[in-house]
Amino acid sequence: MSADHSVEVIVDSSLLSIQTAQKEKHDTRGLNRVLPRTAQIRLVSSHPEVYEPCDDSFVLVDALLADRLKLIEHQPKICLEIGCGSGYVIASLALMLSQDVSGIHYFATDINLDATETTCRTLEAHGIHVEVIATDIASSLQRRLAGMVDVVVVNPPYVPTPEEEVGCEGITASWAGGENGRRVIDRILPVVDELLSERGWLYMVTLTANNPSQICLLMREKGYASKIVLQRSTQEESLHVIKFWRDTPADESRERNKEVPAGSESWLSQLSFLSFFRSNESSS
Amino acid sequence: MRLLTHNMLASNVKGVVKGYPLRLEAEAVAERPVDLNPDFLRHIFSRLDWPALVAAARSLPADHAGAGAALPDEADPSMLDSDDFLRHFHHALLELHVEEGALVCPETGRRFPINKGIPNMLLNEDEPPQCLICYLTQNESVR
Repeated sequence: MSADHSVEVIVDSSLLSIQTAQKEKHDTRGLNRVLPRTAQIRLVSSHPEVYEPCDDSFVLVDALLADRLKLIEHQPKICLEIGCGSGYVIASLALMLSQDVSGIHYFATDINLDATETTCRTLEAHGIHVEVIATDIASSLQRRLAGMVDVVVVNPPYVPTPEEEVGCEGITASWAGGENGRRVIDRILPVVDELLSERGWLYMVTLTANNPSQICLLMREKGYASKIVLQRSTQEESLHVIKFWRDTPADESRERNKEVPAGSESWLSQLSFLSFFRSNESSS
Repeated sequence: MRLLTHNMLASNVKGVVKGYPLRLEAEAVAERPVDLNPDFLRHIFSRLDWPALVAAARSLPADHAGAGAALPDEADPSMLDSDDFLRHFHHALLELHVEEGALVCPETGRRFPINKGIPNMLLNEDEPPQCLICYLTQNESVR
């Protein structure tokens, strides 16, 4: 393992949109002739108890846009958003793929009933349909939908807070993440592992305080490779969108894991560790 | 809520063994045509619980009774070659939306309301166990 490979990190959002635009222009496969659509803020519904689209929502949508051509090639059949809030992210995903992939079925869940209703209004305003369910993470879908979901997107409640705020009613549930902001993330990961199909992908927003490298290690034990699709620093926080996909059988990766120095805490070592993932990446 | 979603939802009441299929009590159903995608239907067919789909379709109010009647009691993958079958399957699975009603847990009778097309599967944290066995087990452990 060496630090020769660098991780693709795009910090500036304007830069990203330019790059995306150029990618679109030079796309010779004829998939696109116009810029992909995302949800329009003026059409996103709001409610006092529902989290409004903010930097973390935008970074997730931009990451999906950056990966859009890969998503189109991926030809997902079932996509799911856990914690859909205002509906901005799932509406954007559905819109950006609508031109090029047909027959995708979308599900979205939220623990906040007001959020599910807000999501429905946002979807309606954009003329798209997603099946929205009020449930904790995906508890009522988990058993029957296991191994069927090709794309999961999550902007979890990642803010470090006192434990008692986790899972509170209303808008608090959209951000309260308990110790290191990991309480809900750590509950979501095993659920996603169960839901994802063999070729399934997960896109998740994390904060530096969530210790993303440790999340990657945790997922690696379950057989997932990972990479940072997008990193963006705002005034308040440093956000990463990490993409996970099944890499090797879980046993093999656990074996390989032993070669990796444990307890690497510095960001530099995280980068080289993540680039190690990238160098092993084959088709995604 | 489409019947596809009904097919994928299970009761998550604590202590429930199977919690599936949920009994559908549809009060208001909307019909929204959508393009038929044979690939999606073939993909989803193997993962569907066919009897649950048929039971749900046949439980719909009278104005949509045709949807359930058009589905065979049993289905096998060879039927996916029939355009007629695909059309009826597609209609029942994806074009009918239960806007108001409820889903009922087959083991505990716990009702999950459907309002504005959204099934509310949320459980209250302090919700008493609704299943007799868990109630008894819990009391047992208290003793």
